[in-house]
Amino acid sequence: MPLELLAPEAEGDSKREGLWTLNFGPQHPATHTTLRLVLQLDGELVLDAEPDIGYLHSGFEKLAEVLDFNQYVTIVDRMNYISPLANEIAWHHAVEKLLDIELTPRCKYIRTILAELMRIHDHLLCVGTCILDVGGATAFMYFFNERERIYEMCERVSGQRFHTSFTRVGGLLYDVTDDWLSMVRDFVKRFPQTYDDVCRLVLKNRIFIERTSGVGVLSREEAINGGATGPVARASGVQRDLRRDEPYLAYDDFDFDVVCAAAGDCFSRFHVRMLEMMESLKIIQQALENLPVGPIFPEGLGKVALPEKREVYQSIEGLIHHFESIMPNRQVPAPNESMYAATESPNGELGYYIVSDGSFRAYRARTRPPSLVHFALFPQLIRGCMLSDVVAVLGSLNIIAAELDR
Amino acid sequence: MSESDWQSKYVQRLTRFTVSFTTYRDQHRIRVEPQELKQVLRELLDAGMDMLIDITAVDLLEYEGATDRFEVIYCLLNTESGERLVVRTYLNEPDMELPSVTDLWRAADWLEREVYDMYGVRFIGHPNFKRLLLPQEFASYPLRKDYPVKGRGERHNFPVITRAKS
Repeated sequence: MPLELLAPEAEGDSKREGLWTLNFGPQHPATHTTLRLVLQLDGELVLDAEPDIGYLHSGFEKLAEVLDFNQYVTIVDRMNYISPLANEIAWHHAVEKLLDIELTPRCKYIRTILAELMRIHDHLLCVGTCILDVGGATAFMYFFNERERIYEMCERVSGQRFHTSFTRVGGLLYDVTDDWLSMVRDFVKRFPQTYDDVCRLVLKNRIFIERTSGVGVLSREEAINGGATGPVARASGVQRDLRRDEPYLAYDDFDFDVVCAAAGDCFSRFHVRMLEMMESLKIIQQALENLPVGPIFPEGLGKVALPEKREVYQSIEGLIHHFESIMPNRQVPAPNESMYAATESPNGELGYYIVSDGSFRAYRARTRPPSLVHFALFPQLIRGCMLSDVVAVLGSLNIIAAELDR
Repeated sequence: MSESDWQSKYVQRLTRFTVSFTTYRDQHRIRVEPQELKQVLRELLDAGMDMLIDITAVDLLEYEGATDRFEVIYCLLNTESGERLVVRTYLNEPDMELPSVTDLWRAADWLEREVYDMYGVRFIGHPNFKRLLLPQEFASYPLRKDYPVKGRGERHNFPVITRAKS
């Protein structure tokens, strides 16, 4: 392949006298991840921005075609590494929809608890860094303290802090223990205190409000036309939440509100995320109270369900079962069909479009990443703002480059 | 929403086009000819499919029983009613062109560029048409099935700029 560095593109007639071109990133503390913005500045006013992405492109979707449905979960972990379990749940949600598997109530509830913990986890980072970027370090520290406790829960439940790889087709790697449940209960009890502290620090803070209010406004029409989902869309008045509109897992059983705002600016996006954390906490609390007992894999799944590790190592039947489940020539056939299924990930609609050719691995598995669609909106949001608003807008969209580039 | 409601709302609007409908596990799909794609999508937008969720493609080179090489997929959503629709169209080399839908949905901008980046489908009428993720000088389309998983040595051959030369 001929690889020559391209000559810089001609600017054309758009070049005005006295304009500055500023390269923001790819390595900059406020981009949080590796992405680049080419800003056209007139003094401190941003006239235009061109995002340049692809620095973290790692061919995840190509890897999906060589790994089976259970193996690929280790890769989806690494897409949005801020809330890895949410990706795993989304991936296996799509696979289970393709294979027509109905989960057991206990598995549904545990996955719901984990998904909501991940939502809090993701929003803590987004909100915390959003505040940090506009100059407040205290709330960030408070929130990272809480994130640490969720990491500990991930570690306790799966053995990994970051890349948990915890879900399996039709179930989970392990059942949760009472010990872990009391950890979650403890978190649910203590989290509102930190939340209140941060609310007191930020919500009436004049500097924070002036930096974010009225900045990067996304109207309702633009949000719908631009494909915005999740908190970004809800902050612009789009009343849509897949947990309520297309209930999956156990969301139908719980009572929670869909938080919406009308202004569509950075402050609304920040505030929607803040309030959503409390709704998530409500869901976790209800799920903990009503957690059903029973198996985590449904009956009669046959070779789809991986046997428990204890059985694999201690009985010949378990070992044979495991062998039959993982050998490519013995795995269960999937239908020759394609399926799009989406979940409400912390960032928005995270969907997977799976094309199956009948084997236990995807012929093609497309990820519909919320970050990609949201980042495409960025130039439109930042036009006419000041240079210092760039970090506020970027932080409020919560762009995760690994998910952006895959 | 029942099957008949869905039919009256969307299917009847499309009778003047050559489209075929299928349903799999509550997911409605229509197959469209590439020449009529834009008109069908515009008709669906007017019928209430106001959000473009995703554009993606599949290379059917190794797919058993496939007659066409590429399948391009548009996932649409009605934000009011929550209905979803998957629109599929098929392409073959060398005729790898589709009309761009950036004027209908802004969301199509990067999604179309990504499909071009990975599969080489050209979208005519796109305002800023170039590769999205890969370097502009990249020569192949990596999500095609004839492109090896290990790559073709691009990484190995990449010119390294040393500190002295930079």
